[in-house]
Amino acid sequence: MLSRTADNLYWLARYVERAEYLARILDTTLRMTALPLAYVGSSNEWESAVATAGCANAFFATYKEANEETVTEFLAFSSSNPSSIRNCFENARLNARAVRTALTIEMWDAINGAWLELKRWGNGPASREEFARFLRWVMESSLRFDGSAYRTMLRNDAYWFSRLGVFIERADNTARILDVKFHLLLPEQEKVGGPLDYYQWSAILRTVSALTAYHWVYRENVRPWLVADLLILRDEMPRSLASCYENLVQNLDRIARAYGRQGPAQHQARAVRARLENSRIDEIFQNGLHEFIGSFVEHNNRLGSAVTQQYLL
Amino acid sequence: MFDEMTGSGGEIRPAYTELSRWLSEVKPDVLDFRRREAELVFRRIGITFAVYGDAEAQERLIPFDIIPRIIAASEWDIVKRGLAQRVRAINAYIKDVYGRREILKAGIVPEDLVFQNPVFRPEMNGQKVPHDIYVHIAGIDIIRLDADNFYVLEDNARTPSGVSYMLENREIMLRLFPELFSRYRIAPVENYPDELLHTLKSVAPPTAAAEPTVVLLTPGIYNSAYYEHSFLADKLGIELVEGRDLVIKDDIVYMRTTEGLKRVDVIYRRIDDDFLDPLVFRPDSALGVPGLMSAYQAGNVTLANAVGTGVADDKAVYSYMPEIVKFYLGEEPILKNVPTWRCRESESLNYVLDRLEELVVKEVHGSGGYGMLIGPKSDKATIAAFRAKLKSNPKNFIAQETLALSTCPTCVEEGIAPRHVDLRPFVLTGRDHIEIVPGGLTRVALKKGSLVVNSSQGGGTKDTWVLDR
Repeated sequence: MLSRTADNLYWLARYVERAEYLARILDTTLRMTALPLAYVGSSNEWESAVATAGCANAFFATYKEANEETVTEFLAFSSSNPSSIRNCFENARLNARAVRTALTIEMWDAINGAWLELKRWGNGPASREEFARFLRWVMESSLRFDGSAYRTMLRNDAYWFSRLGVFIERADNTARILDVKFHLLLPEQEKVGGPLDYYQWSAILRTVSALTAYHWVYRENVRPWLVADLLILRDEMPRSLASCYENLVQNLDRIARAYGRQGPAQHQARAVRARLENSRIDEIFQNGLHEFIGSFVEHNNRLGSAVTQQYLL
Repeated sequence: MFDEMTGSGGEIRPAYTELSRWLSEVKPDVLDFRRREAELVFRRIGITFAVYGDAEAQERLIPFDIIPRIIAASEWDIVKRGLAQRVRAINAYIKDVYGRREILKAGIVPEDLVFQNPVFRPEMNGQKVPHDIYVHIAGIDIIRLDADNFYVLEDNARTPSGVSYMLENREIMLRLFPELFSRYRIAPVENYPDELLHTLKSVAPPTAAAEPTVVLLTPGIYNSAYYEHSFLADKLGIELVEGRDLVIKDDIVYMRTTEGLKRVDVIYRRIDDDFLDPLVFRPDSALGVPGLMSAYQAGNVTLANAVGTGVADDKAVYSYMPEIVKFYLGEEPILKNVPTWRCRESESLNYVLDRLEELVVKEVHGSGGYGMLIGPKSDKATIAAFRAKLKSNPKNFIAQETLALSTCPTCVEEGIAPRHVDLRPFVLTGRDHIEIVPGGLTRVALKKGSLVVNSSQGGGTKDTWVLDR
C-alpha cells in the first residue's frame, strides 16, 4: 500500500485513541473533584489531569490556573491545543478523508458521524451533567470506531498499521497516567495505605477501565504495587504496557511476514516486550518506577520513529 | 419551452407515464420525507464538494432532486451515436494538431486559435500516445430544446467531473424508491467503474507489465472534486495518489509504498496540465511530480487524459466542431452545435454587440458558469461593463442565443415545478472501443427560470434513467 495511506491510517487510529484517553482522564477528574476533600487529599486534580494528558507546558503558557473551567476548555474544546479532544477528532477525520479508499464504510461512518456530532456540542458544556454526557459520547465514539475497524476491516497491512497506531498511543497513555499518579502519590518512599489513597488508586484503575479487572486478577484490596503490576506487566489486561507490546509485536510480525522482510521496528518492539517480560514489579519499584516509565516512554517513541522510517515515508 | 414530462403541449410523454402516475399517487409528506432521507444519506457518506473562496461552506452538498429525468431508448440511441462520433473526431483533431496539422493547412480551423491558445502544449508536438487516444474520458454537455433535437453545449476533454454523482444518485434512488424501479426497466450504470478500468488498462504503454498498474492522481483533499477522486479510486480498486506519492527514476514512474517503490504504468490524472510537472509547467506547483513529463515523453507512462487536450474543448474551438467532424470522419454531425457567433470575426462581433440584451456571451476559456453574461437576465450596467470587456478583446468571447433548455419536474419549495436541466454523459475511449454508460449526470437549475446548472452556482443533480427496450 501507499506509504502515505499507511501513515494516515496510523495517525487516524492514534488520534481516536488519544481522544478517548483524554475523555477518560476528564471523566475521572470530574469524579475525584466531586468527592469531599478528606477522601482525595489536597492535591489539585485539575493540574494532575493536565499533567496526565502530557501537555502541562502548553497549558500553563495559556492559563494561569488549572481549574475545572480552564482544563475542560483546554483538553476538550480548545481549537488552539493541537491535542484537544476537538482537534483529535478534526485530525482523525482529516486523515480519514485522505484515505477514504482504505476505510470500510462503517469506519468512515463512525469517524465522520463523530465529527459531525462534535459540532452539536459547540464550544463547551452548559453544565457538569452535559459535560459528563459529552465525555461518555467521546468514549462511545472511539469504541464505535475501534469496533467497526475490528469487525469490518480486511486483515491486511491497512488493518495492521491502524493497530500499530492504537497500541503505540495506548502504551504511551498508560505509561503517562502511571507516572503522573505515582509521582503525585508516592513522593518519597512513603508508606501507603488508608482510605485517602483508595480513591486515588481506584481512580487510576477507572481511567483505564480496570477496576473490576483488578479485583478479578488479585482478589485483594487496591494496593499501589499491584496497580502498577496490573498496568505494566499483566498481558491479560488490555491497556497494560505488556499487552500493548504483545499486540505491537504481533502486528509488526504480520507486516514483516506479508512483505517478506523485517527491520528495526520489529527488533525494537521485541526488545521492549522482552524487557517487560523479564521485569518483576518489586524490582521496578526498587530501581524507581519513574525511571522505568521514563525509559519506557522513550523506547515507545523510538518504536514510533522506527515504524515511520521503515514504512510511512 | 419544452418539458421532458409534458412536452410542449401538456400531454404526458410516454416515457414519463408511470412516473407521472406515481407522482399523483404518492403523498406529499412521503415525498418530503424521502427527500430529507436522501440528504441525510448524502451527508453521512460525505459526498461533498468544496466551493472555492467560500470558507464557511468548505464542504457543501450538491442538492439532489429525487424526481428522475427519463430518456427513452430511441432517444438514447441517437445521443449515443452522436457522442461516439464527436469523441472520435475530437481525438482525431488533437492528434492532427500535435502532428501533421492538416486541418490548419486546409484553412478550416484558424492557426492562431491553436497556437495562441494557452492550453496548447508545444511539448506534445510529435509526441506519440498509445493507440492515438488523447481523450480517454470525455464529458459532453448536452441540452435539448425540443422533442427531436439534442445539442452539444460544451465538450469537456480535460478532466471532466461528476460521474460519482451519476453513480451515487442511482444508488440512492434504488434505496429510496424501489417501487418506482419496479414500474420501469432502467438500464444500469453501475458498470461504469469496470469500463473505466478496462479503458485505462487498454492504453498502458507497451513497456508495461502484462497486468498494468493504474493509479488515480488527485490534487488532494482540498480539491473541490476530492470526494469523487477517492470514490472512483475505491470503485476501481486502484491507489489514490498525490504528487508526493510518486517519484521518477530514469524516466520511470514509481509510487512510494510500504514495501518500497512500485512501478506505475497508467495515471488517471485529475489534476490540470499546469500542475502536472513543476519542471515543465508551473514551477510553483506543489501538486505535481517533477520529471513526470520526461517519463511521459519517453513513453513509459500513459496519462489519461493526455497532456494538451484543452485545445479541443474551449469555447472557440467548439464553434468549429461541426466542420471538425466532417473533416476527419466525412460524416454529418449527429449532434448539433448550438448556433454560435465567434466574436473574433468582425461581422459576428457587430451582430453580438447589437444584441447583447438577448444573447449569452461566454469567455472562451471560462468554465463553471463563471465569466459569462446572460443578456436577458442582466441589468444595463452589467451589460455596459461587459460590452467594454468584449470590445477590448473580442477574440476571448463567443456568443450564443439564450437557449430555452428543456425543463423537468423537480421538487422545490412550492411543490413540484419545472426546472431547466442539461445532461453530461461520460464517454470512455480505449484501445479498440468506445463505451458510454446509459445516461450520465443530469444537472438542474433549482432557481425558478434560471439556466445556470453548475453546482458552483447553486445547481443540483438528478438521477438519469435511460429506458431499456
